[in-house]
Amino acid sequence: MLEQDGGLSLTIARIVQRLKGSSLHSQLERQARISLHNPEIKLESLKEDIKDFLKTSGWEKKLQNAVYSELNVFPSPCHPAAPPEHMKEPLAYMRKAQGSWEKRILKSLNSMCTELSIPLAQKRPASEQKELLNKWNEMGTDEPDLSLFRPVYAPKDFLEVLMNLRNPNYENGEQPSFRNHLGLIQVPLKVKDIPELKEDFSELDLNIGQLGIDDSAQVPPEFFENEHVRIGQKVLAEQDSAAAQQYVRQGCPTALRADLWALILNISNQPEDILYYEQLKSNVIQHDLLVDSLIYKDVKLTASNDDYYFVFEDYLYQVLLCFSRDTSVLEHFAYSSATPPKSYIQGKLGIEEYAVFYPPNGVIPFHGFSMYVAPLCFLYHEPSKLYQIFREMYVRFFFRLHSISSHPSGIVSLCLLFETLLQTHLPQLFYHLREIGAQPLRISFKWMVRAFSGYLATDQLLLLWDRILGYNSLEILAAIQK
Amino acid sequence: MLSPWAGCLSQSYATPHAATSHLKWGVHPTALLGDGELWGGAEAAQHCRWRCEEEWDFLWCDVTWLRENFDHVYLEEHVRICHFRNHYELSRKNYLVKNLKRFRKQLEREAGKLEAARCDFFPKTFELPSEYHLFVEEFRKKPGTTWIMKPVGRSQGKGIFLFRKLKDIFDWKMAGRASRKTECVFTIFPVYKLERGNCLFVFPQDGGRTNEQKDETQIETYVVQRYIENPYLIGGRKFDLRVYILVTSYSPLKAWLYRDGFARFSSMRFTLNSIDDHYVHLTNVAVQKTAPDYDPEKGCKWMIQQLRQYLTAKHGTGLVEVLFADMDNIFIKSLQSVQKVIISDKRCFELYGYDILIDQDLKPWLLEVNASPSLAASSQEDYELKCHLLEDTLHVVDMEGRLTGKEKRVGGFDLIWNDGPVSRGGNLGALVNGNFMANTHLGCFNDRKKQLKELFGNLPA
Repeated sequence: MLEQDGGLSLTIARIVQRLKGSSLHSQLERQARISLHNPEIKLESLKEDIKDFLKTSGWEKKLQNAVYSELNVFPSPCHPAAPPEHMKEPLAYMRKAQGSWEKRILKSLNSMCTELSIPLAQKRPASEQKELLNKWNEMGTDEPDLSLFRPVYAPKDFLEVLMNLRNPNYENGEQPSFRNHLGLIQVPLKVKDIPELKEDFSELDLNIGQLGIDDSAQVPPEFFENEHVRIGQKVLAEQDSAAAQQYVRQGCPTALRADLWALILNISNQPEDILYYEQLKSNVIQHDLLVDSLIYKDVKLTASNDDYYFVFEDYLYQVLLCFSRDTSVLEHFAYSSATPPKSYIQGKLGIEEYAVFYPPNGVIPFHGFSMYVAPLCFLYHEPSKLYQIFREMYVRFFFRLHSISSHPSGIVSLCLLFETLLQTHLPQLFYHLREIGAQPLRISFKWMVRAFSGYLATDQLLLLWDRILGYNSLEILAAIQK
Repeated sequence: MLSPWAGCLSQSYATPHAATSHLKWGVHPTALLGDGELWGGAEAAQHCRWRCEEEWDFLWCDVTWLRENFDHVYLEEHVRICHFRNHYELSRKNYLVKNLKRFRKQLEREAGKLEAARCDFFPKTFELPSEYHLFVEEFRKKPGTTWIMKPVGRSQGKGIFLFRKLKDIFDWKMAGRASRKTECVFTIFPVYKLERGNCLFVFPQDGGRTNEQKDETQIETYVVQRYIENPYLIGGRKFDLRVYILVTSYSPLKAWLYRDGFARFSSMRFTLNSIDDHYVHLTNVAVQKTAPDYDPEKGCKWMIQQLRQYLTAKHGTGLVEVLFADMDNIFIKSLQSVQKVIISDKRCFELYGYDILIDQDLKPWLLEVNASPSLAASSQEDYELKCHLLEDTLHVVDMEGRLTGKEKRVGGFDLIWNDGPVSRGGNLGALVNGNFMANTHLGCFNDRKKQLKELFGNLPA
């Protein structure tokens, strides 16, 4: 009992600390001060009156949303004695595996750098800066020579690493049993089974209406669709994050989706957010990074060749180039098993004062990375908002799809969940695929790493991502394939 | 890639049943891929085993054949042919303009200015050389606007150019017309018969000369049209819509709208600075194919479903429904404008390809109507769309006599006009919740297989 309370107060303390310096805090203070002019606020009951005022003017709701957002993103604090690595990843062998994987990636990046004699970063000459600024909205017209660049890694390389993960403390025993020998993932992580999933994802039950199924032309809209849309509009009017998250579990109406997702992710596109984006943009203009070429190459290879996303090519550059310079993304490494790579100023290798994170946001894009952004272009058209939505989606969900961790939404768990479900419930299919040399995970791995982007039709994909947001979990990716 | 026609026929009619076994099907070789997409006779012959035959019950031909043979061939009551005798009233740009202008005046007389304004979906157009003076008058009213010059008889973006100054027209005239490549000429074929099970596919004689060669002997007519300078852009790119309308009769007017269609994107970003850049402005797939950075793998097309979803996410359901209702209005009014002029014939039907452009205010404009929409496929998805389109066309034409005539939907086709508007409700003309909901589902979910099964029971295709 004591521990639970202790846990709660730790959480509260952490959230308070995080929100303390934020713009929301200063806005609330300012609002409170302005409210002093209101006749309803009386000195005797100052605290209560201000609280009421904040409630009725919608500011309390904003605070609620912010707190809710923090709760969603950060994991609950573990035992106070646990070292910080444990928030990233509690299992030592996982940390080690992630570390060696990162070393490999970095090695690949550095060797490409040396081969091509291109610096990791350099300042652009003034003329080039001007040119880029003019072309900002149509960077896709650029045809730089990217033939020498290659993606740092592709999902299949990552799968090879995951397949070789082993827990050194786990003894399989002499007899490999049916269950753990057939699949590719050989680590003993706890994954949910069907009854548990059914409970967790109860809103996806057959008895409950779903968009995408129960709003088809044959079903009269009175049964489900109309009411669902009405509720959606109400949720938006109330601006309640938690309610929105609950609501989207049954799917978002197309017209309301953009606003609902923004509400769940707590993105309001304030002037300071736009300013921040503009600053990132100027960083892009001023400095050229090696990863930019990787991003270009990836967009050209993947999104530009996709029938549905090729029109958004220019947006993808505007988002991804800025993303790689955004140091606020570094915050997510506190709860991710990954560590951002460090680079040293020339000649000062090993000296910490001259170390910078490279790329500035610590995320090295891999083959297909741009597909995380592409579906969002269907919903958001204003670059700074699109950017923020993507960034939030990344630091909440997508980062787990390409790092090694034991988190239930991490790719390792998803793979294991998928294999287990398939083995348990469709054993014949699983066995048959193995027999013909097509391990099912090999096929479905790339779908999961990309969260199905590019593999599902857009309307289906967006309905799937509705559920990811609604349940704050990626488990649906593994379960959906059944 | 196998042509959609071959695909369609091989799927639907591979296992014919009793109802069709006595029928003979004719598909003209040029029509296998549509106007302008040419398959030499020899190539087509290799593709199907041919024999000579003279009779057919159903003919899919191109307009050349029609023009030359329709008046001289005796056609029995039950045959079906895929064009109306004077379809050019709708498909040739100068005739379409005339018909629309006349119809508009009539509407104004009968129903007032407001109703007539519903005909304002066609950009201001003048025929040249006959209306040159009228054009110049209009041109001078608003200097600096862009105009587009299109030859009336040609398709696929040939001979089109844009200009802002009258001087540009003079230059063009002086330079002489761009040399036209003579299209591949067919040799005269005897009629061929293709055997596929019990069905015979008959290919009638080919006239040999194409539209253009005919035109060379006449003065070429052009239309000059106000260019839409503020098209709706997605990702900085311009696009137009291709929508399919099937008309099975003009008196009374009976028209079907296909749920699927596609949006054709320009492969380059839109800018008014490069008027001479043919590629930016014309979104016809045929022109795009020759653009320098055209990548056939890129796929310059979106299905209309995607477009509808994108627009709904951006503008909300209300505005998008208004947009699509405005498009329905275009289809109906354009057909009504030629209703009295088209020579009515119970044996004729026609599948039109409408080209629509949306501007930034979400107003749709009619660019043109094609009486022989291209049936070539640029991707797997496109191929399936066209296969299904042709299949459903055959279902609606109903050679087998399976339909009752009361159907409001056949496969992917929805009946949108049956001598009057068709509503979505149960009975023809019934109201839903007191409001009239039109039976149009452009860009909506197309579960045609299921619907066909319900309609025809479990008969093969």
